[in-house]
Amino acid sequence: MSVLVYTENWDGKFKKVSFELVSYANEIAKKLNTETVVVSIGDVAKDELKKLGGYGAVKIINVNDEKLKTLANQPYAKVISQVAEKEDAKVVIFAHNNTGKAVAPRVSVKLKAGLVTGVASLPSNYDPFTVSKKAFTGKAFANVKVNSDVKIITLFQNSFKLIETDNKVNIEDFNVEIADGDFKTKVEQVNKVTGKLLLTDAEIVVSGGRGMKSPENWGPLEELAELLGAATACSRPVSDEEWRSHDEHVGQTGKIIAPNLYFALGISGAIQHLGGVSSSKHIVAINTDKDAPIFEAADYGIVGDVQKILPELNAAIKEMKEAEN
Amino acid sequence: MNFEFTEEQLMIRKAAKDYAERELIQDVLERDAKAEYPTRHVKNLAELGFMGMLVDHKYDGGGMDAVSYVLAMEEISKIDSSLGVIISVNNSLVCYGIEKYGTEEQKEKYLKPLARGEKIGAFLLSEPEAGSDATSQKTTAKDKGDHYIINGVKNWITSANTASTYVVAAQTYPEKRHHGINVFIVDRNSQGISLGPHEDKMGMRSSDTHSVMFTDVKVPKENRIGDDGFGFTFAMKTLEAGRIGIAAQAVGIAAGALDRAIQYSKERKAFGKVLAKHQAIAFKISDMAVKVENARNLCLKAAWLKDQGKPFGLASAMAKQYAADIAMEVTTEAVQIFGGYGYVKEYHVERLMREAKLTQIYEGTSEIQKIVISRALLKD
Amino acid sequence: MKILVCISNVPDTTTKIRFKDDNTAFDTTGVQWIINPWDELALTRAIELKETSGEAIEKITVVSVGPKTAEPTIRKALAIGADDAIRIDAEPKDAYFVAAQLAVVAKDYDIVLNGIEACDYNGSAVGGMLSEFLEYPSVSAVSKLEIENGEIKVSREIDGGTEVLTTQLPFVAIVQKGIAKEPRIPSMRGIMMARKKPLNIVEAVEAEVLTEFESFELPPAKAACKMVDAENVKELVDLLHNEAKVI
Repeated sequence: MSVLVYTENWDGKFKKVSFELVSYANEIAKKLNTETVVVSIGDVAKDELKKLGGYGAVKIINVNDEKLKTLANQPYAKVISQVAEKEDAKVVIFAHNNTGKAVAPRVSVKLKAGLVTGVASLPSNYDPFTVSKKAFTGKAFANVKVNSDVKIITLFQNSFKLIETDNKVNIEDFNVEIADGDFKTKVEQVNKVTGKLLLTDAEIVVSGGRGMKSPENWGPLEELAELLGAATACSRPVSDEEWRSHDEHVGQTGKIIAPNLYFALGISGAIQHLGGVSSSKHIVAINTDKDAPIFEAADYGIVGDVQKILPELNAAIKEMKEAEN
Repeated sequence: MNFEFTEEQLMIRKAAKDYAERELIQDVLERDAKAEYPTRHVKNLAELGFMGMLVDHKYDGGGMDAVSYVLAMEEISKIDSSLGVIISVNNSLVCYGIEKYGTEEQKEKYLKPLARGEKIGAFLLSEPEAGSDATSQKTTAKDKGDHYIINGVKNWITSANTASTYVVAAQTYPEKRHHGINVFIVDRNSQGISLGPHEDKMGMRSSDTHSVMFTDVKVPKENRIGDDGFGFTFAMKTLEAGRIGIAAQAVGIAAGALDRAIQYSKERKAFGKVLAKHQAIAFKISDMAVKVENARNLCLKAAWLKDQGKPFGLASAMAKQYAADIAMEVTTEAVQIFGGYGYVKEYHVERLMREAKLTQIYEGTSEIQKIVISRALLKD
Repeated sequence: MKILVCISNVPDTTTKIRFKDDNTAFDTTGVQWIINPWDELALTRAIELKETSGEAIEKITVVSVGPKTAEPTIRKALAIGADDAIRIDAEPKDAYFVAAQLAVVAKDYDIVLNGIEACDYNGSAVGGMLSEFLEYPSVSAVSKLEIENGEIKVSREIDGGTEVLTTQLPFVAIVQKGIAKEPRIPSMRGIMMARKKPLNIVEAVEAEVLTEFESFELPPAKAACKMVDAENVKELVDLLHNEAKVI
């Protein structure tokens, strides 16, 4: 018996979310009196794999197969299911990101395991197994009871704290049974933006709306992002107008994010926008309209013209940082 | 009695609402400021079928009932009543008149492109000295055997510049007074037609309104609608139907102002609480809502009667008079609720107030409607 | 080629969420029902493909698992431009159950489209499960879908970029924003045609339900926003630094 975690890697490296997943799995494993096993697919160095042990994993199943270098939903699901069966996994944990959402449902069918996606907390009960998930795009939580023997969870990034442990970890190479015929999709081209902080990874997100007035006015906003090591985002009208690229759109139909700090600059806060950002731990809103709904969701607010306030804010942050040094 | 809408009616309302909230809202203020014609929107709405909603399928129309039309007009006019009037004139005056009274040849040649929205129609009845009083047409149409020659001036013509098909009223037998009036389908490109300047209107500034001059304009005989001397009846019957569209437009203007006032009252604070918690404002909202609902019901009743093939002239006059008058009242109250914000353009309600005024004037003033209503009630 | 678009009937995105029966069920009183926005985008893309690809696409079918009350939403899809529709007559109990139902219908199609999630229970699961039931390849987070000379090309979003893939048919695409610019507004003609198009009702098959909603909660109310004067931007920095400790 075990709790199994699938940890994705990015060019052979793990991220904070990988360790969050292992920490989360290990808390469940403790409750079930069992151990945490990780499955990693792709080329990850032993030293990197060992880091997972620092958060509670006792065994790493290392699947390093040339054919599995890029995500292919069907073969990945096959591999993870094989490992889950081999390790007698009772709970399988994925990240609630594009990869997790692509693979977990397939594994669910293979293992006939009840799937709960979009989880942000530990199960509230283990018998029957009950866990809370976000529903209605952050407007509610649903408590879901899982009736199957094996359970699958996808966990939101930034929703579980890291818990460091001090245990030994074994790395076990695993040769999967996978044939060329299992690959029915083929990656032809990869377009990656490098050197840019990913919106979904960012602890701080600086986001602009229609109140930014025009695409030329983004300089001070980008400066603020740089000062704070933040990622940039935008509201739907801004991406619809193509002032900013679609991958920056946060909101109900765009990306759903939960950073530690979210700046809503010139964003009125339509309900659809709030659906994508309301899980942020802190929200700062700057808007000319003091009645804008964003102030209902915000923790800190300034009523005023973002064009005028942004440079002052940047100057004040610089001053604060200088005083710190 | 059944107050439920059909699934199709609800879908049409939603389609109109989606278009208005997604597209019209984007540039409505700018077009109002610049008095700019909404070319792109007319094209899009034509593709969706809004320009010929009421026309039968066999003439390339939408084959919709009048109730659907009322629902669509309200949603469009909540956001942008300039589009409302463009749609209304094309649908309920021009298309309706040709479909009801035109020959098969006229329908084939003129109605089909109008119903598809490829061509836009204008309805030329008002004159400098004959607005509400349609009996005293000064424009003449002389019978020349196989054709007519039209001379005169028409005023306040919606879509005058954009339209390619004119429906024109003119006097053929002045001695017969209104029994001598004829109505013609006139090609806008005919020799002898010229336009006056673009009217700089108070509201509905995005629709194009001009006067139109006719100088020896030759119109083939086959372009006359109905029998010789049928023009006045034609005008009265089409206006009867047109009133439903304008009533729905007025409901839309009022409902748009009400929606905005409700939203604003829930957000804006004064003396430490939101406006909605002040009874003076809450009661205003209540009064406005009752008026809007009344006007909407009158309007739907007139549409329903028309759909049932029952007489609807009295109902449409009541709907038009009441909806126009309450649109003026409700938009004025909305501006009052918004206070200073209401008086600036950004918040839309001042524009709605300017637009409401026109609904009391065109296609029969409120006073004319009262004549229609009272005559119907008081006749022996 | 035949395209199947799976749609779910969900509350309008502006619905105020309330629960009933001691917080064990979603209160549907006064709710306006719509096609799940991502599914509607998928349908819009399917129609665009049909319009631009000549004869390559024979037909577009929409399918939904739900009771009779879901039919107006299904007919809306027909009004937008699907050729025919299937309603699988069952309450959509959980994603596993729904996917098992859809699989019965989907096996006759070459391209199966699903929205990346539904805006009610945010499962993000049905499309993936369906592909596994069918043993079809799947591509998720698809933001572009093209047919070039009979070959399927899809772009999917990955962290920090996109990948372009080719895929064998049949396959399942789980689509997200970008797949079509905006959901299409049905035309008058489409609306009037909707009732004339076939809407076939199919009996549900036996399938297991692996998860159940036990209860619901609304998120806790939030403290009021602390307002900072526009003339005193430094105070905001001070609050973020010393009070919230986030910068």
